Amino acid sequence: MVTLCILATGILLAVLGLVVGYIAIQGLPGLSWSFFTGTPRPIGEAGGGMAHAIAGSFILIGLACLVGIPWGVLTGIFLAEMKRWRRLGTLVRFTADVLSGMPSITAGIFIYTSVVISMQTFSALAGGLALGIVMIPLVARNTEEILRLVPASMREAALALGLPYWRVVVSIVLPTAARGIGIGMTMALAGIAGDPVPLFFTALNNNYWSLDLRQPIASLPMEIFRYTAAPFAEWHTLAWAGALVLIAISFTPMLLVRIFLPGYRIRR
Amino acid sequence: MAGIQVEALHAWYGRDLILKQVDLVFPGKAITAVIGPSGCGKSTLLRCLNRMHELVPGARVAGRVVLNETDIYHYGVNPVEIRRRVGMVFQNPNIFPTMTIFQNVGVGLALAGRQRYRHRQLETRVVKSLQQVGLWEEVKDRLHRTATGLSAGQLQRLCIARTLAVEPEVLLMDEPCSALDPIAAIRIEELMRELKASYTIILVTHNMQQAARVADFTAFISRGELIEYGSTPEVFLRPRDLRTERYITGTGG
Repeated sequence: MVTLCILATGILLAVLGLVVGYIAIQGLPGLSWSFFTGTPRPIGEAGGGMAHAIAGSFILIGLACLVGIPWGVLTGIFLAEMKRWRRLGTLVRFTADVLSGMPSITAGIFIYTSVVISMQTFSALAGGLALGIVMIPLVARNTEEILRLVPASMREAALALGLPYWRVVVSIVLPTAARGIGIGMTMALAGIAGDPVPLFFTALNNNYWSLDLRQPIASLPMEIFRYTAAPFAEWHTLAWAGALVLIAISFTPMLLVRIFLPGYRIRR
Repeated sequence: MAGIQVEALHAWYGRDLILKQVDLVFPGKAITAVIGPSGCGKSTLLRCLNRMHELVPGARVAGRVVLNETDIYHYGVNPVEIRRRVGMVFQNPNIFPTMTIFQNVGVGLALAGRQRYRHRQLETRVVKSLQQVGLWEEVKDRLHRTATGLSAGQLQRLCIARTLAVEPEVLLMDEPCSALDPIAAIRIEELMRELKASYTIILVTHNMQQAARVADFTAFISRGELIEYGSTPEVFLRPRDLRTERYITGTGG
């Protein structure tokens, strides 16, 4: 049994190392000044870069966080802390579980019919919303689980001091759970950062530099998809480099949260 | 002497009746010990006195609890206000791990909301509370660091200081020494004796020697009923009820 566990862990680590290592080897040569500053050149011309896609990805991730994080955290607090609403909570929890298990393309279709059609254009806004919707249930459920780990005795101690319940939640329970909630957010963020699926119907793609939220926008996953599917060696190099940058973008927030949000050893 | 009067108190968890018809007066500026076998309802009684009982879903209370002429269960009385007047110390020293020692002691004032405390005022109260529990000398150099590294006894005194900082009238102590070593426990007992000059103290304990050592009055509860109440020597030396005698002598509840 122990051997099996070690074996499974070892294989997982090896796979992770292989994937990251291979992307690094293939991607590093493509990283250059023009990769970060340039936009695509006509086919056949060397050089060019992914600046438009990097900026686009940041905008899409930012919009998604703007939607997904507050909404998800508030829903998580509702689920964990509002005991008077337990019936509704059960329903919400079930819905969130179903949503987080659903293919992310459904979020894309939902935003397509509700936003894209009425705006009559694909847009960064629609893409951010779609990604945000994918984030909500992940953030909500994780927030709930982490809040539940904060011992009831701590809440009681605070309530016994004559603090109102919402004060206890905001000033005592949330800070204690901050690290766990933060880690959950970054995992949800990493999940959506690399997902092109909800973007097909929403943000689509853009060959040019654009920061306009009402216009289609490029993103790293979409560009990687487009470049790998094309038969040009220069594009493949760009795609590998893009993948490497994408990993860095997903990984950095995780690292930052782990470094800057302290964990608390909760007594008993 | 004004303390807490309990009149015809009943308490339920869901459909289970935990306390039956408890009538009792906790005298002011004295220590009253509440003893009884596990699950007899003594902690529930304590939690009815600062309206913590009702926080558990399905919990219910009937009867009157009068604190200095306020019926704390009267319609329109804010339980949050009551909890500021009736402080509580728990079995495990449950400090807030995200906060510094200073913040831990001042939290009840700093986050109260209604009144804004100036930093100077807050500091005065924190220092005074720490001095009251005899912790000032031990922590004065590390006020603005977290409480990690303090011993369990020190943490428990920190929790008491935190409760005192809100300036309550009554101090409820739910087995405050059960998680402590004997020396730390004696220290808390000394502290209780000092504090009874200014507070009404109600102590739930499993330790009968402790009750005998510190309490002026003792109440014995069994199966949700108040069996006996009187001055501590009376209850321990000349119990009127057979059940009390059995419990105290350890020959069955």
